[in-house]
Amino acid sequence: MRIESLTQLTSTRLREFLREPEAVFWTFVFPLLLAGGLAIAFREKPADQAIIATIAAPAGDSLASAIGRELATVAAAKDAPIATREIPADSINDVLRAGTAALVVVPQAGGGVEYRYDAARPEARIARQLVDDLLQRARGRQDVVPVKEVTIRERGSRYIDFFVPGLLAMNIMGSSIWSLAFAIVTQRNKKVLKRLAATPMSRMEYLLSFVLFRLIFLVLEIAIMLAFGSWVLDVPIRGSIITLVLVALVGAASFGAIGLLLSSRTKTVEGISGLANFVMLPMWIFSGVFFSATNFPAAIQPVIQALPLTALVNGMRAIMLQGAGLGTVWPQLAVLGAYLVVSLLVALRIFRWQ
Amino acid sequence: MTALPLPTSSPPLALEVIGLKKSYGDVVAVNGLDLRVHAGQCFGLLGPNGAGKTTTIEICEGLNTPDSGTVRVLGHTWNEHPTALREKLGVQLQETQLAEKLTVLETLKLFRSFYRAGRNIDDVIDLVQLGEKKSARVGGLSGGQKQRLALACALVGDPELLFLDEPTTGLDPQSRRQLWTLVEGLKAEGRTIVLTTHYMDEAERLCDNIAIVDQGRVISLGTPRQLIASLGAEHVIRLNTADEHQLHPIPLAELLALDDVRGGAETETGYELRVGSVQKVLPSLLSLAESRQVTWSELSTHSATLEDVFVALTGRHLREG
Repeated sequence: MRIESLTQLTSTRLREFLREPEAVFWTFVFPLLLAGGLAIAFREKPADQAIIATIAAPAGDSLASAIGRELATVAAAKDAPIATREIPADSINDVLRAGTAALVVVPQAGGGVEYRYDAARPEARIARQLVDDLLQRARGRQDVVPVKEVTIRERGSRYIDFFVPGLLAMNIMGSSIWSLAFAIVTQRNKKVLKRLAATPMSRMEYLLSFVLFRLIFLVLEIAIMLAFGSWVLDVPIRGSIITLVLVALVGAASFGAIGLLLSSRTKTVEGISGLANFVMLPMWIFSGVFFSATNFPAAIQPVIQALPLTALVNGMRAIMLQGAGLGTVWPQLAVLGAYLVVSLLVALRIFRWQ
Repeated sequence: MTALPLPTSSPPLALEVIGLKKSYGDVVAVNGLDLRVHAGQCFGLLGPNGAGKTTTIEICEGLNTPDSGTVRVLGHTWNEHPTALREKLGVQLQETQLAEKLTVLETLKLFRSFYRAGRNIDDVIDLVQLGEKKSARVGGLSGGQKQRLALACALVGDPELLFLDEPTTGLDPQSRRQLWTLVEGLKAEGRTIVLTTHYMDEAERLCDNIAIVDQGRVISLGTPRQLIASLGAEHVIRLNTADEHQLHPIPLAELLALDDVRGGAETETGYELRVGSVQKVLPSLLSLAESRQVTWSELSTHSATLEDVFVALTGRHLREG
């Protein structure tokens, strides 16, 4: 091992990366744009207003026409989370199909109402309940049980809090696999690898330079994402930052080794794109990045839990949201470590230099 | 890494190849090839594309493994101390692609870092005349400049033995001559050079010894002069007739029967005759044509070259592959 050539190889990686503006964009700016989009979607805002459509009452039926006015007045007065608007009678189905109103209230002759809504949509069922309560109370119904409501807002229970650790883990997987696999396959395809193999360069140093390069950028990537998540999205980091970074590093090394394995014989960029997607796609779905992995049947849980992304997602989520320490996340670390060792050994064995 | 023990035999052969064979599936690339290259020589492998030159040279470079046969490089086989051996070799691959985003200087620093001992980078840059392009990105270099950078990469380790695989293929004439001057300089430094080429002028100018390779074997071996002398002819006369419908109006045997004609063949456009002396043959050739009322649209003569040797040996031109 010679420091000189390892330094040269690693700075070559850095130079090649930094001189590729697109690569820099996709690595740093894209995840931030994604998180920014999420921040807008999950911003603090008043509870959703249900849109209620009413139909103009039949001409001359005063009781019926009173319903619409009454509904609007009551809703405004009680500060109910609904907004009403009047639509023509022949557009009821269009409105419901397009989902531009959750509920359509059709006044009936003699003062009754008909509710039209899609019972499969939860917000439609809620809107129906709300509107019905308002109308019934306005007409004098009395609630007989005294009710007191206490609502809480727990930090870390929002979807965005669930999603950010998953996004971070997914980002680590993607950038680790892609950056290694693409660079190596391109170098093999252009016969750069062959040229290097004709020098006394240490094979191990060559592979190590990719790992070092990844680690330098990983620290930056994690720092940016965590800072953004913490300050802009107010996602809690309850566990220790050091444990979190440790898990992220082991995860990155593990996915780097998987990237190395995937690229150990592939000759074309098209080939490695297919192979890498083939390996990553199941993990995007099954590893619980977007929704909890426990939604899948129990029969396939052992397989899901053995996926490296599941281990990384669960580990990071436990540390960030539940404040877990090493004592809790060691099984996840063990899974990642196993992938690291096995992939690296196999890759070194089957790696082709041309 | 172990230090390379000195080779026992002396005077050493820089490269020895015995009975080399290599097939890819059904295709036989190298079919029992032998080579002996002495230290300090510039040795050329001359042959058409697909003759097995690159496969041979890559086996010698340790980048490919033979099916059978022995290769000794600087007295060692590739099974002994491959890394120590690589310290002493300089390699230019047929199409060396270097990282486009790096500069000339960065590329050479990278390659220099792989060798324990080697040359000063600035000296090498001056040697290959890339001083002005030192800070330029590799992607922006011309073909000739890229090729000289590839040569520089092969030189930074101060190699004893240099392998150059088609160093001037695809270059313009000026860049080729520039590269030839460089290689001649390296020869003068006493380095052993093994190069492949399908340009006979390149082989004639640069090589002390040449092996003509065809279909995976050495079909002729010697110095450029020896090979040309083996034709038994000093000059070659090319003849084309004016009549497109009758390209070969005189039977070849009659032409070959002329005094001092040593050999020849019908070509696609006429005849090619190998002769001892042009002065002796021309008068009889012209009078024969006159008696048959044949008009030559084109008549050219040139001193015999390696190309003519190749044609005489295989019946094909080098460029035809």
